[in-house]
Amino acid sequence: MSDFDWGVIVRSWSFLAEGMALSALLVAVATIGGLVIGFGLALMRLSSNRLIASPAAAYVTVMRSLPLVLVLFWFYFLVPLAIGRPIGSLASALIAFVMFEAAFYCEIIRAGINNVRQGQTEAGLATGLRRSQVMRHIVMPQALKAMTPLVLNQIIIVFQDTSLVYVVALHDFLTTASIVAARDGRPTEMYTLVAVVYLIICLSSTKALELYRKGRAG
Amino acid sequence: MIVLEDVHKSYGKLKILRGCSASVKLGEVVVVCGPSGSGKSTLIKCVNGLVPFEQGSITVDGVSVSDKKTDLPMLRARIGMVFQNFELYPHMTALENVSLAQIHVLKRSRAEADARSEKLLARVGLGGKLASRPSQLSGGQQQRVSIARALAMDPKAMLFDEPTSALDPEMINEVLEVMQALALEGMTMMVVTHEMGFAQRVADRVLFMDGGEILEDTPKAQFFTDPATERAKQFLTKVLTH
Repeated sequence: MSDFDWGVIVRSWSFLAEGMALSALLVAVATIGGLVIGFGLALMRLSSNRLIASPAAAYVTVMRSLPLVLVLFWFYFLVPLAIGRPIGSLASALIAFVMFEAAFYCEIIRAGINNVRQGQTEAGLATGLRRSQVMRHIVMPQALKAMTPLVLNQIIIVFQDTSLVYVVALHDFLTTASIVAARDGRPTEMYTLVAVVYLIICLSSTKALELYRKGRAG
Repeated sequence: MIVLEDVHKSYGKLKILRGCSASVKLGEVVVVCGPSGSGKSTLIKCVNGLVPFEQGSITVDGVSVSDKKTDLPMLRARIGMVFQNFELYPHMTALENVSLAQIHVLKRSRAEADARSEKLLARVGLGGKLASRPSQLSGGQQQRVSIARALAMDPKAMLFDEPTSALDPEMINEVLEVMQALALEGMTMMVVTHEMGFAQRVADRVLFMDGGEILEDTPKAQFFTDPATERAKQFLTKVLTH
């Protein structure tokens, strides 16, 4: 054990924290943006008008069949071409994450809404509520309950996926750690730290998810 | 009050309703019966526009259901409906179930709505269940809450779509009693049901449906003693002998 120098973690702490902050920012923006746009896409897909439903369905299918790395590259190179000026790594990565996650949240939200019996909508409409009111007061509260575990699960996946932003030269937690590892010649310590941190965060979230499910069942 | 004229409805190539005409006058109780798949439920859901129809017309209180200019939610608010599977909102208490549309459609304050809901729940015998969730109530209790939910809108007419078909036998009467009391108070009612005892006690007229058509539209007494069609006779022997 004498060959290990765990002090490297303490010395590079503030740099690592910056990486963690970026990962957290990506998770937060991807989740909130993805849920908002995903909700819009889900409503489009549930429309009986095919002109509205088909584009959303096509978007979801395309996004879900592409690897995230490709989507990251895509927005990094294509967005500047489309708008005629560079937008920077961070902005392109945030957009890519939001657009990618939106496709997954769309499917989660759509499944949640479909899970609510049609009769519930009929009952609401029959009392004179408008469609938007039925959605807000009757369908969504029930759909949210069914969706919550899936959304939490998706957040864990996004957190793990944030490590991919190194391809557009951003420094997330894993990337900062590997820079320190190379600079100080301490790969074992740094990669162990990364593994432990990912493990703790993902295990505790999974545990929380389990407790939530049990709480609902009980 | 409710007038149906030559209503046609099909799902794809499957014709569900083939030209149904009937009317329910103010204060009348009309029972709709017939074998399964005869189009009874579809017909009653056409009355408040839950099921759109292709041809014919339905007016309720003088307002056309299929007219594009009709404010359908406002019309529905004046027609109560009770469903076979109750369809109470599972995430709300009995009280909240009854208050929801009062608050958001009639724009009553929460206090006002809750006061009215309490009265109605007491009236259907559930004054002690205000805070219960639907999952904590029996089928019969749930259906009585759903009747209270419909009455809370002060409807001009009530539609019942097989209100007792999903209930255990021992709970059927508690629901029928509430409906009977409503009928005696003069509520205009259109009731799809297999409960011939209820029809005999409170109906003014009976509509008999088969194959998407209204085969009989006769006063109660005549329907049970001397139905005009052979199919109604067969139906009656089947439902009355067991």
